Amino acid sequence: MAFLELQNVCVRYGNVEALHGISMRVEEGEIVTILGANGAGKSTTLLSISGLVKPSSGGIFFEGKPLHTIHSFDIVKRGITQSPEGRRVFGTMTVLENLQLGAFTLHDKQRSNTTLEWIFSLFPRLLERRDQLAGTLSGGEQQMLAIGRALMGEPRVLLLDEPSLGLAPLLVRSIFETVREINQRGVTVVLVEQNARAALKLATRGYVLEVGNVVMEDSAASLLANPQVREAYLGS
Amino acid sequence: MEEFFQQLLNGLAVGGIYALVALGYTMVYGVLKLINFAHGDLFTIGAYLGMTLLVSSGMAGSLSPLLVLLVVFIMVALLVALVGCLLERAAYRPLRKANRLSAVVSALGASIFFQNAVMLIYGARLYVYPEDWRPDFTVDILGFTVPGVRLLVIMASLLLMFALHSFIQRTRTGAAIRAVAIDQSAARLMGINVDRIISLVFLIGPGLGGAAGMMVGIYYGQIDFTMGWSYGLKAFTAAILGGIGNIPGAMLGGLLLGVIEALSSAYISMAWKDAIAFLVLILILIIRPTGLLGERVADKL
Repeated sequence: MAFLELQNVCVRYGNVEALHGISMRVEEGEIVTILGANGAGKSTTLLSISGLVKPSSGGIFFEGKPLHTIHSFDIVKRGITQSPEGRRVFGTMTVLENLQLGAFTLHDKQRSNTTLEWIFSLFPRLLERRDQLAGTLSGGEQQMLAIGRALMGEPRVLLLDEPSLGLAPLLVRSIFETVREINQRGVTVVLVEQNARAALKLATRGYVLEVGNVVMEDSAASLLANPQVREAYLGS
Repeated sequence: MEEFFQQLLNGLAVGGIYALVALGYTMVYGVLKLINFAHGDLFTIGAYLGMTLLVSSGMAGSLSPLLVLLVVFIMVALLVALVGCLLERAAYRPLRKANRLSAVVSALGASIFFQNAVMLIYGARLYVYPEDWRPDFTVDILGFTVPGVRLLVIMASLLLMFALHSFIQRTRTGAAIRAVAIDQSAARLMGINVDRIISLVFLIGPGLGGAAGMMVGIYYGQIDFTMGWSYGLKAFTAAILGGIGNIPGAMLGGLLLGVIEALSSAYISMAWKDAIAFLVLILILIIRPTGLLGERVADKL
């Protein structure tokens, strides 16, 4: 069994089925990207891994043990954290407080301080603004904060939902650089992205979702070269 | 001058009580976006429990009255906290995923249930708080003679508010409560056990409310089973005045409302004090619709 594995996961929102039995696997140390149009089920996939939505059937396994039967807080404790779509920073709390909440499940203060320093070295802007309210940050800074906050939980798997959404191209490049740096520190990354080209350049493998089904699965290089992918997601 | 000073202190005492009750409304609203209509009745339960415990502690005669008062005060807070926690389990948690209106109806039902339970257990009459435990010393401040009970009520409420504020602002759990109030899903992604935080809020809010109920008994010397309605309404007003969901707002709103009420009943008319209090509420809401400290969060997307 793979490091992180989704087996025939179905997710329903009321009467609507958002995922129709998708299967994915992520090996330790990989960057896996999930591509697809709006409403394809990319965010739902990440939310189901984090336990915020529960599969109606199928299973999700991390290191061979089920995730779909445990609470979201236990999933975080197992080492899976997420930077959600739309950043969702705590706007009326300071940057530092947001980051500290990221380490909510951890109790080794010294280690958290080391992680904090590492995050400040990844995103020096956050250090400059550590006592500012998160709601007053720019979009790019909020994205850095959302990623930093997820890193504070010392994840083994980091789930990133649309980290480039709404950011200037220069900033997107720097965020993707940082994701590579994070991955080189041994963190496995699952990246949901609209910006397919940048995501595939970064990733080792990729999945393509269409209306709740996996329609393609391949190495990132093959996906980049695939004419169908090029037409649908790369605009050429 | 003397009257102004005494009324100011009286206002602070009543306002402190309003503030403690308002905190329960505002904290529950913060995490669940629900007005806990049964909160005023938890306050009533606090007043009655305090009376019962004081009466039955009659044999503890060798202890100093203030110590007995303190012990009973803490016991009341803990017991009402427990009732609040059970209320959440029984009346609100099963409806967490239902629409908002169902929870509101459940809250109203719980309120009627508690009020009638108190009436059936104690009877529908006025009760006088046991005199033996009422602090009857006086203190001289700036040449004015101030009843000790008034100072005790002010000090107790300020102390509780300070303790709560430090807890919310300085501890990890306090930060988790704030996070759940801002964004429950994001809080879950941090690994926060949201159900546990909600239970905790239903311990703290009712605990403070129950303590406030006992303070009314000691301060005014009499209680009845409908007191939760009038105090609840005032405290709810105070919470709105300060900005519902905002903890310092509830404290400020409560104290302000108490002082306005005391001063207007002294200088304008006793009969008009409620009307004036609500007039102030309306004026403030016209100028600041989110309440005094309520803020619109600037969430950029």
